[in-house]
Amino acid sequence: MSDITAQPRPAGAPPRFNWRRIIRGQEVGIFLVLIGMILFFSLSTDRFLTPINLTNIMLNFSWTAIAAFGMTMVIISAGIDLSVGSVMALAGIATAMLLARDNSPFAGPDGVVPDTVIPLAVLAGLAVGALCGFTNGLLITLAGLPPFIATLGMLQIARGIVYGWSQGWPVQNLPQNFMVLGRQNIPVGSFNFPLPTVIMLVAGIIAWIFLTRTAWGYRIFAVGGNEQAARLSGISVMRTKLMIYTISGLLGGAGGVLLTARLGVAAPTAAQGYELDVIAAVVVGGTSLSGGEGSILGTLIGAAIMGVLRTGLNLIGVEAYWLPSAQGIIIIGAITLDQWFRRRQGKSRGFARLFSRGGK
Amino acid sequence: MQNQPILQVKGVSKAFPGVQALSDVDFEVYPGEVVALLGENGAGKSTLMKILAGAYQKDSGQIYLNDQEIELTSPHHAQTMGISIIYQEFNLVPTQTVAANIFTGREPLYGGAGRILKMVNKQEMERAAQEMLDIVGAHVKPTDMIRSLPVAERQLVEIAKALSFDSRVIIMDEPTSALGDEETQNLFKIVRSLKDQGRAVIFITHRLKEVFEIADRIVVLRDGRLVGSVPAQDTSIDGLISMMVGRSLDQMYQKETAEIGDVVMRVQGLTRYGAVEDVSFELRRGEILGFAGLVGAGRTETARLLFGADALDGGEIWIDGQKVSIHSPEDAIRAGISFVPEDRGSQGLVLLLSVFKNEVLPTMSHFTRFGLLDGATLQQRAQEYVSRLNVRTPSLEQKVMFLSGGNQQKVVLAKWLMSNPKVLILDEPTRGIDVGAKSEIYALMSQLARNGIGIIMISSELPEILAMSDRVLVMCEGRVTGIIDRQEATQEAIMAYATRHASVQGTI
Repeated sequence: MSDITAQPRPAGAPPRFNWRRIIRGQEVGIFLVLIGMILFFSLSTDRFLTPINLTNIMLNFSWTAIAAFGMTMVIISAGIDLSVGSVMALAGIATAMLLARDNSPFAGPDGVVPDTVIPLAVLAGLAVGALCGFTNGLLITLAGLPPFIATLGMLQIARGIVYGWSQGWPVQNLPQNFMVLGRQNIPVGSFNFPLPTVIMLVAGIIAWIFLTRTAWGYRIFAVGGNEQAARLSGISVMRTKLMIYTISGLLGGAGGVLLTARLGVAAPTAAQGYELDVIAAVVVGGTSLSGGEGSILGTLIGAAIMGVLRTGLNLIGVEAYWLPSAQGIIIIGAITLDQWFRRRQGKSRGFARLFSRGGK
Repeated sequence: MQNQPILQVKGVSKAFPGVQALSDVDFEVYPGEVVALLGENGAGKSTLMKILAGAYQKDSGQIYLNDQEIELTSPHHAQTMGISIIYQEFNLVPTQTVAANIFTGREPLYGGAGRILKMVNKQEMERAAQEMLDIVGAHVKPTDMIRSLPVAERQLVEIAKALSFDSRVIIMDEPTSALGDEETQNLFKIVRSLKDQGRAVIFITHRLKEVFEIADRIVVLRDGRLVGSVPAQDTSIDGLISMMVGRSLDQMYQKETAEIGDVVMRVQGLTRYGAVEDVSFELRRGEILGFAGLVGAGRTETARLLFGADALDGGEIWIDGQKVSIHSPEDAIRAGISFVPEDRGSQGLVLLLSVFKNEVLPTMSHFTRFGLLDGATLQQRAQEYVSRLNVRTPSLEQKVMFLSGGNQQKVVLAKWLMSNPKVLILDEPTRGIDVGAKSEIYALMSQLARNGIGIIMISSELPEILAMSDRVLVMCEGRVTGIIDRQEATQEAIMAYATRHASVQGTI
């Protein structure tokens, strides 16, 4: 038996934010992948490292990332949410229906929708998303369906509502002041941050604090790590899951509203297949599909990797038809690298284990 | 017994970074011999066995099989050399049949084209499996799914698998820790028949009483060194314990009489159909109430009802004279009841999470500011309990999966003590824990009782029940068959109540 005893951290020490922790953290593997990709594309084409292109990339992965923050919580809880793409589309359509000129119930006699309706419409979009998520949660907790099945059903149901409601037509003619949400840039020095990116970063920070600094966050990890032990620790697994799926729906809704504002149109086919992009971002970001482990920072990096990849391949002249294959290869490659990296870390952790118990 | 050891180890050492797990250990086992290997957690038992089973490579020393020096390169290699190990966590695929598990990777194939296509001759495989199962006397069919079998039967399947390799040396790592008395006796019968066939059995256990029942020779390790190798008839439990820890038995059960106070919990007519029937008792402050009975008597089920983990079909619970309604663990915690479940890994802890997070799970919601956890206070409290319970961990951030069993159990205890319970229910609190940690936990129980906590201790180890309980409640088939005062509690009395379905008597 070793002589290791607990080394007390001085009471009331400042919050543990130190770089060594972060560098030793799980995100480092995929962060290196991201840096490597950026280097590669910068060297391959001088059109990559331009402000306009960087702004574009950020914009492109903003909605994915927002939805992926919710998905991170879902996957940490050992669940999955396949409905997120359809929920994005449904939230987008709901918002657009309330804002479309002539067709909105709030349209004046001239067909123009007053700007005061915009916040209401945005909230409605978010609420629709949250409601879909809440329904997922009920199906999973009350009806006891596996998350895969419940959300697969919701994927179809929500998409069906989108088609039925829109009768297959895109909803257009949205107010200018709504589209600002998706198109405004916030200049920081000489660089333009797209507003959706700023919203994404704010959402990310809130999600990060939520996961790592609140009792709810701890509960999510506990439920994903060992549901039985969590229950026997007095955690209401049902309430926790309801909350997780509601958040996932809410954030999906937010992504959908921003996407609609950006495109200026809510197409019934919008965000089709996005759930896979979102899941890919989370998984590339190092969150374990078996639950109990994962981080918001990782997901952000994961989403960035997917965004850089899409634009970068485009710029170096990869034909758009081939893009999905390249993406697939990168997902597999990034996760392989990450696992290799973790195994190396795990080895030292494994040794640490022997160190503290010295075999039986 | 022959004079030629079947397996011999000379001067084996093994180091892991930071710890010398084994130093210069000599060990041998003869055909037809049962050797018990004892030692505290961390003494090097598992390391030695894993070296013999090919799972670890030794740093130095020699291994001889029938006087031939061998180098074991992998578990598979060891198995083909006739050395099998049966781990505590079995190596069986739950979703496969018994026969498929026994012959994993060496399924009998059809001849001719079938051989090329690797077509498994299922009939032959099941026949051969049945043969092995008959030898160990397992009442399972080769076509049964592993997941449908109870633990004891799975173990027999593992033994059958070892026999199918014609293993001459069979190593068992704590084979009885999950078995009841009857199942243990059945296992011992099989071990004796293996012995009669001239096979050698090496047996790791924490239950000292068993050692005398089954072992011919006892080998004790401490801190990676051989402390002694003695014939079983030449030693006693006291002697073994002092060999293992350099301390005697009297010091292990640290029972101190606490002042018994008012009734803290009263239970009336607790019922869950098919598991618990009309259970009533009172628990007082400072009292340790032992729950004795055979495996399946309904003790754990009763505890789960008290904690709200399962739904009640009937019955009432009072805490401090107030009737409480408990529908979930949350309710129970609010009422002041804590529950340390019997299986740390699957129920007590989230192994992936840190010591800190596990400790604060039940209580953290009381320490928030503006919705955010008060990290500094929580850390301070967590650290306080880690120190108080003497949890050996490099830091609060260590994942609990990397702690030893005893330290994991202390983390579970710490987590519940932080919630300041009035009633603490402990289900098999010392199962699979080494002697040192055990005695620490007994001392802690005494201390908690002195502080006025009412403790319910479920245990299948009668010496533990007898030493620690102020009163013993005995259950049989879901009912309370007797409540015995400390003075009158004997093994015989408890077993009498545990094995018959008597009407409620004693002092309720």
